[in-house]
Amino acid sequence: MIRRYRMSSIQFNWYNPMLLFIEQLLNGLQLGITLFLLSAGLTLVFGIMQVINLAHGSFYMIGAYVGATVTARTGSFILGILAALPAAALAGMIVEVLVLRRLYQKDHLDQVLATFGMIMFFNELTRIIWGRQPLFMDVPPWLTGSIELIPGVPYPSYRIAVIAAGILVGGFLYLLFTRTRIGMQIRAGASNREMAGALGVNIRLLYTLVFGLGTLLAGLAGVMAGPILAVEAGMGESILILTFVVIVIGGIGSIRGALAGALLVGLVDTLGRAFLPIVLRLFLSAAYADGIAASMASMSVYILMATILVCRPRGLLPAHG
Amino acid sequence: MLEVKTIETFYGKSQALFGVSLTIREGEVVTLLGRNGMGKSTTVRSIMGLTPIRAGRIVFDGTDIHRLPSYAIARLGIGLVPEGRHIFPNLTVLENILATAANRLGVKVPYTLDGVLSIFPRLADRLNHYGNQLSGGEQQMLAVVRALMTNPKLLILDEATEGLAPLIRKEIWRALALLKDNGHSILVIDKNLDSLMKLANRHCIMENGRLVWEGSTAELAGDETLKARYLGV
Repeated sequence: MIRRYRMSSIQFNWYNPMLLFIEQLLNGLQLGITLFLLSAGLTLVFGIMQVINLAHGSFYMIGAYVGATVTARTGSFILGILAALPAAALAGMIVEVLVLRRLYQKDHLDQVLATFGMIMFFNELTRIIWGRQPLFMDVPPWLTGSIELIPGVPYPSYRIAVIAAGILVGGFLYLLFTRTRIGMQIRAGASNREMAGALGVNIRLLYTLVFGLGTLLAGLAGVMAGPILAVEAGMGESILILTFVVIVIGGIGSIRGALAGALLVGLVDTLGRAFLPIVLRLFLSAAYADGIAASMASMSVYILMATILVCRPRGLLPAHG
Repeated sequence: MLEVKTIETFYGKSQALFGVSLTIREGEVVTLLGRNGMGKSTTVRSIMGLTPIRAGRIVFDGTDIHRLPSYAIARLGIGLVPEGRHIFPNLTVLENILATAANRLGVKVPYTLDGVLSIFPRLADRLNHYGNQLSGGEQQMLAVVRALMTNPKLLILDEATEGLAPLIRKEIWRALALLKDNGHSILVIDKNLDSLMKLANRHCIMENGRLVWEGSTAELAGDETLKARYLGV
């Protein structure tokens, strides 16, 4: 499904490889930003609460469904986003209180089983509520055009808006974690839960809020992906794998790492799919080249992950301490 | 102010405290003495709600605190300087000081950043260093400051001078004397008997999870057998 939009967005511009490259660079950036929104929440939850949450993609899906529904009803994409964010955050906080709180002390296998069960629950729930047909979201009219960021490379305004939103969120998270007391308390709780509690920090409440923030970001990624992808049950799982690759590459628990990892994975994945066929065609027959390039492109992010882990076992920018 | 009444605490199945009782009054400095493994730190953990008690009661300022989570106990006005310091390594010195600072009890003249830094001027030069970049002594000062910034009524210090150079120890003791003069109630666990006797009003000795002796500084000073028997001095 990720591939669907990516293929459609590649307009092979054989005559000007430089422009093609810039366009693919932007596509990679945009995929990277979507991955960043998803991985920021996942890495927080994983790094701070030591919980493996396979159901993180479900909140991405919830964001997309609620956003698509509200946008269709009201005709306003902004209202769709404004509905999707609290829906994803609320769903996340309910799940944290009802399910995850019981799992913090359990081992990872129990967490994997329980959160895997939640994936099935949420996928089935969306099928019951919204049916089996995927929903399609239109790009809002005011973002349908394209902008020439660089002369000669028209790029869809919507994708630029996605990139801008991601940069804003990155800035917001940076300020939240470095400049506010709640950010300091979250980091303190991540390194020493017991001590933070003994100094008066209500860690349980803080965890619920952090979890809600993480699922809110996943919901934002989901609603922003809505106009690019089909909104359907199971849409969270295909991107979840890449999200896990991102947080492992970046260093678990590190937001800066998630940003670096997400951009890297987005770029490597997108550029690999766009350019490997072209490169291989230089010395292989076209049919051969395309076949090999396709399989190499789908391996590329995993090769990247393996390489990075060999050089830096804790990831690119591991969480401090 | 703090009343610990016949508490029993367990780690899993093994019992660590057997009916410990202890009282700290307003403005009083009380020590908890004894060899390693006798239950001093467990008593502290029990008071803070970190290892909840199975029997007995703990009352702080008229509130039963033994069923409360530790954050709620801290918010009632108990500041902990734990054994091993437990500075947040991923926060800077300044962030360590500010992250949990509060004045929940509405103290009239609360501690300020400048105020606590004047107690330990050395920390002022290191505000932007991360917690794990500090020496042991600086970490200890930071742990005291961090607890003070919650503006507690009762300060609990567990092994606050352990493993520190003599000069740094002196600085910590000087600070504790200052806090006593400011009217803080303090429960202190330490091995430096001489320094403790200059500071404290009362002393409690623990052995094998029980309180075996309690008395004033004069009584402790006058009884050499006590020291030999329970403290191994």
